[in-house]
Amino acid sequence: MTDLTKLNLAATRDGLKNRDFTSLEVTEAYLSAIETANPKLNAYIEVTAQQAREMAEQSDHKLNSRDGGPLEGVPLGIKDLFATRHVHTQAASHILKDFKPEYESRVTQNLWDDGAVMLGKLNMDEFAMGSSNETSHYGPVVNPWREEGGNKDLVPGGSSGGSAAAVSSWLCAAATATDTGGSIRQPAALTGTVGIKPTYGRCSRWGIVAFASSLDQAGPIARTVEDAAIMLTSMAGFDPMDSTSADLAVPDFAAAVERGVNGLTIGVPREYRMDGMPEEIEKLWHEGLEWLKAEGAQIKDISLPHTKYALPAYYIVAPAEASSNLARYDGVKYGLRVAGKDITDMYELTRAEGFGREVKRRVMIGTYVLSAGYYDAYYVRAQKVRTLIKRDFELAFADGVDAILTPATPSAAFGIADQEMNSDPVKMYLNDIFTVTVNMAGLPGIAVPAGKDHRGLPLGLQLIGKPFDEETLFAAGRVIEKAAGGGFEPSDWWSA
Amino acid sequence: MAVDAETVRRIGKLARIRVEEDEVAGYQSELNAILGFVEQLNEVDVSGVEPMTSVTPMQLRQREDKVTSGGHPDLIVVNAPLSEDNFFMVPKVVE
Repeated sequence: MTDLTKLNLAATRDGLKNRDFTSLEVTEAYLSAIETANPKLNAYIEVTAQQAREMAEQSDHKLNSRDGGPLEGVPLGIKDLFATRHVHTQAASHILKDFKPEYESRVTQNLWDDGAVMLGKLNMDEFAMGSSNETSHYGPVVNPWREEGGNKDLVPGGSSGGSAAAVSSWLCAAATATDTGGSIRQPAALTGTVGIKPTYGRCSRWGIVAFASSLDQAGPIARTVEDAAIMLTSMAGFDPMDSTSADLAVPDFAAAVERGVNGLTIGVPREYRMDGMPEEIEKLWHEGLEWLKAEGAQIKDISLPHTKYALPAYYIVAPAEASSNLARYDGVKYGLRVAGKDITDMYELTRAEGFGREVKRRVMIGTYVLSAGYYDAYYVRAQKVRTLIKRDFELAFADGVDAILTPATPSAAFGIADQEMNSDPVKMYLNDIFTVTVNMAGLPGIAVPAGKDHRGLPLGLQLIGKPFDEETLFAAGRVIEKAAGGGFEPSDWWSA
Repeated sequence: MAVDAETVRRIGKLARIRVEEDEVAGYQSELNAILGFVEQLNEVDVSGVEPMTSVTPMQLRQREDKVTSGGHPDLIVVNAPLSEDNFFMVPKVVE
């Protein structure tokens, strides 16, 4: 039999429906691949083998009687940020030590309702704070991609680094992820996978460990645009448990994938042409525009004048919200407790030991910008700038632009423990320079693999859409995927 | 605006994160790097601009004012590091 883990999600789903193979067979194939690869890649921090087998058997039972949901029997990986009932849910943080929730996140419940099988929980940056998956309490994830002829370990991006690495190395058919400033799209770009952050409100945040509530959105990382569309259709939907959940019908996103871009207007924002941007990124961007043009799209130069202020505004808004959201980790209700001489001492010692350095840094920045005397100068000003960033996009869309094409990241994957990135927090933050505007404006954005750099590492392009128009992103993303011609599979060094 | 060592200690207190004396200088330089980076927001003319309160135009929904869940204190405390009779246990806070 062919290696079942090499089938993409759509083919897995079809093969299961046709009973070419069973869910238990696919699940066992993935579990055995994980057992081999995980000691090297560190993508999973908890493998739920027993539960996976039980879910697969139930799916097979349904499939045998021609029953079952759209994802019946398909094995998935789940980012550790999603609450999964009675299963490891720690946001890759030490402060949530041993936490096993009594409830299920809405997004994962939607996936189980549609028949999917859970393989385990995926590694990530602690509390989704990071762009390299190096802030995890469980150690860094290794990118399945290496430079041609090289054997240096590279980062998979972050914060959904485990999701991206697992999808790219065939350790799940697709994965859930979350994106607060680029945490789906940047790792997707760095691993040659497809990642979409839907419009704010499209997926329920219920049961997702909160980082920055006005920016957080769930979305999938998958191997193809079609797979991402199938995943998002199941993940999305209105949920009364999330007060910002959009009460809108979820379209069949997969139906939009082959729609093409004929007659669409694609905007090219001049502000994304950054000083010092590598020539190969510039070239790839240009190529992407040519591909869209060849399929009948019109290209239009646009201006998003407040682009350069998105990242600094983000580094006020996100830490401010984080400092408030993370106040709940106090050593009382769940997770780690470090004893102290009184209750304040206990709080301080618990949080000092439970949070990693990056998380502490962000909580402290957030605490500072919200503190008396600084609130207006920092927080209110940043929220005003955010209004301007969103207005830039609104004006472009009102002017007839259907979607916007930009690079996804300023570079391909970099080395683990990169000196330059680790010596200056701002350098690491610049990874999100092209993605963070989208969160600030609440828009949907998709990253699609489009080319490779001079070392043979994957590079992605990003498409940004109008609110709740993910369909156009899938259609245009598919055009880029086809034109790029594939080849975004790493060579397998981890099973040797 | 730059923070000094005293401010770092104060932020640590406010954030309820113990900052040891030998960590102060490190945090100070990291926080100042970030604050230096966000300084450029002062270039933006924000006069007459409303601060964003909701990224998508929506009205917060209201629901009927009635109890919709509860009655399971055992589940609430199940992950607590220390609990007794379905109460969270903490060090003594009143004399």
